[in-house]
Order: sequence, then structure tokens, then C-alpha cells
Amino acid sequence: MIRKTVKNVKQALSGIEDGMTLMLGGFGLCGIPENAIAELVRIGVKEITCISNNAGVDDFGLGLLLQKHQVKKMISSYVGENDEFERQMLSGELEVELTPQGTLAEKCRAAQAGFPAFYTPAGYGTEVAEGKETREFNGKMYVLEQAYKADFSFVKAWKGDEAGNLVFKGTARNFNPCMCGAANITVAEVEELLPAGQLDPNEVHVPGIFVQRIFQGKEYEKRIEQRTLRQRN
Amino acid sequence: MLDKTGIAKRIAREVQDGYYVNLGIGIPTLVANFVREDISVEFQSENGVLGMGPFPFEGEEDADIINAGKQTITTLPGASFFDSAMSFGMIRGKHVDLTILGAMEVAENGDIANWKIPGKMVKGMGGAMDLVASAENIIVAMMHTNRAGESKLLKKCSLPLTGVSCVKKIVTNLAVLEVAPDGFQLLERAPGVSIEEIQRATEGTLLIGGDIPEMVL
Repeated sequence: MIRKTVKNVKQALSGIEDGMTLMLGGFGLCGIPENAIAELVRIGVKEITCISNNAGVDDFGLGLLLQKHQVKKMISSYVGENDEFERQMLSGELEVELTPQGTLAEKCRAAQAGFPAFYTPAGYGTEVAEGKETREFNGKMYVLEQAYKADFSFVKAWKGDEAGNLVFKGTARNFNPCMCGAANITVAEVEELLPAGQLDPNEVHVPGIFVQRIFQGKEYEKRIEQRTLRQRN
Repeated sequence: MLDKTGIAKRIAREVQDGYYVNLGIGIPTLVANFVREDISVEFQSENGVLGMGPFPFEGEEDADIINAGKQTITTLPGASFFDSAMSFGMIRGKHVDLTILGAMEVAENGDIANWKIPGKMVKGMGGAMDLVASAENIIVAMMHTNRAGESKLLKKCSLPLTGVSCVKKIVTNLAVLEVAPDGFQLLERAPGVSIEEIQRATEGTLLIGGDIPEMVL
């Protein structure tokens, strides 16, 4: 067994520098690496590029990094729900690259799986395809999209073991598996860190080979963005 | 004339037994409430769930189980969770049978614009570009005109496009229309709405052939 555990979030983020490109898992506030984000805020790393489907809300998630002006560029598919984001974007402080959600996921997965680029129909004929190579296959047009390159990938799982194997819960899975192994160093934080042998190999979602560092996360808030309920009759 | 619920009710009649369906935010979300109970349908949400159920009762909500609108949801027996790459694999690979989404504009060649208004805050396209580029069967749910009373069914979209030549059918508060080679083919009128009213509210080419029946809801 190759052990991937590190003692704490501080060790997990060792090597982080200004100007790096970071992938961060999560959809909305669901399945975000809360501990890694808090540590990025604490150490105050600057000029970072974040690849993440969303940009959090004003006072949680990636919004915390935006509040401290640590982000130079956001690469996302949807960035609503965040006033500070809007202010920085409109004032030109923050660079924003909007990418279709499926393309964003696949650009991560391509990096993980060793594809330099892939063709997708998403965005053909729109401003997303401007300046990109296009090609026809079987009578349909496709856009060439390139894999991301990132320095660190921060993901959050439900359970993990010392070998770096990960299991996710519900829709908190989202972008997290696609980002594992898609950067030079993948850091996984988990709600429950188990000794090797405690996870059934049949039920591992991401094998530990894609994870370089794993640690036991603390004090998860798991904030709900839209608490929508059904009335009892 | 229909309200938003009426539009959702009419679209629900397009959902067939055995369909996997992706519902967008807004009117499309309401469609799930009106699908016949004697058919088997599974709803997909592109953040990574198939077999989506109703909203949870108070106390049963789970921060780890949400839909693409970031709302808390439940799952039904037979449901599954998956990652975002696999989710869009389902969509891109045409395994999802029907996509229902809203629009700001639709053109008579099937172009759709629904993600960006120049000069206003751009929030992003989310999964809309992936959905419209790949789905075989796309139904647009929208009001026939915008708040200023201008037609949303146009010869050519004026807003930045989400996808080209992809919309098949449109259900509005006034009519059901199909995108035909030469324009919008009028299929049905909303209850109490005349062909003339539909014509007035449609800037694109409206094709009218024979008797146009009233919708059955």
C-alpha cells in the first residue's frame, strides 16, 4: 500500500505559490473542498487562476477567496449568486472565462486521462467557438477543446482511505472525480478518513493512484444554497 | 392563453413511456408535476443524478443531494449518482431522450439564445450549450413575447446564441409550434387564442396549414 495521508490541511497545501492554476471540485456549494479553501484564504496566496464550475456565494466557498482579492482569473460555467464577483468582473479586476459545463468537466477528465484535446459539439456556432478549430464528423460540426493544465487540484470526498481511494456521496460527487489526477498534485479532503482495507474495493469511485495527498477534513458546514421543501399534507 | 403552469401541463403530454428527460430551470421544472402516472420516466439533472424525485419534506433535506438549480431534492427507487463528465456523456452521447428548457429567443431555423444579454451581467451558460448541441429532441418552454411585448419567435436571433439549428418544438402561452424547413409550423392554439393573435406575436415566418386545433391539456 502506498500511503497518501498527510497530517493536516497545512501539509496538504505545501508547495502552493502565487500565480498557480488550481482546480476546485464542487457544484454550487455542494461537494466543495471547504478546508482547502479556508487554508488558501489563511495563507493568502495571490494571483491564482481557479478552474471551478461556480464561484461560490459572497461569504462562502470561492467567494471567500474573491473577498480577499486572491483570484486573478476564474474559469467556470456559471457564476451567478455572487455580488463581489460581479463587482470585480465589471471593474476589470477579475478575468473570467466562461466554458460550457460539459466541456469544463471533459477538459478536466482529458487532463486526467492523457488526452491533449477532444472534439465536442457544445458551443459550435456560438462565441465559445470563436478562434477555435472546428471540424465536421458524420455531417455534424464539432469544436476542438484542449485539456486543462493545473498545478493543484482540490477535491472533497465523503470517505477515503490511507491509500487515497475515494468514495463520494450523492450529487456532492459532481466535478470532484474528474479533477482527480488532472493536476500535478491532487489533494483530497474527506469527511471520514479510514485505514486501508476499510473501503470495499468494489465500491471505490476514484482509485488512489489519482490522489497524491489525503487528509481528514474538519468542521464541514455544507451550506445549502436553495433549501426547497415539499409541504406535508 | 396559458399561464406558466399551463405551458408545463402541455409539455408534459410530450413525455413518453421509457423516456429519460432533462428539465431546465423555470417552467421546465414544473413539467415533472404533470407527467402521467401510468408511464415510466426518469428525470436527469446534469449535476449528476438520474431518477430525481420531488423536493424533500422539512427535516429530510440533505446538502449533498441537490439538482442543477441547486435546490434540495430527493431520489426515487432506481436512482443513481455520477460525476459531471459521465453526466454530460449521457447528454452528448444522446442517451437522454428529451431536453426541455427555457429561452429568451428562438429563430425559425431552430437557433436558440438563452444565456447572455450584452451589457448586462453575464452569469454563464452552465450546461445549456452542451444540452442544445447534443439532444435529438429539444422542446423550448417560454412565453411567446418578452416583457416589452416583443416577439421571442424570430427570423434570426438578436442575442448571442446558445446553439444553432437545434430546437424542434416550442410551447408558449399562445401556441405549440414546430421548427419546419421554412419557418415555424403552427400545430396548436392555446385555449381561446386565435390564429391572428399568434400571427401578431410571431416575428418569424409562421406557417399555417389547414385547421389548427386547440390544445388539449
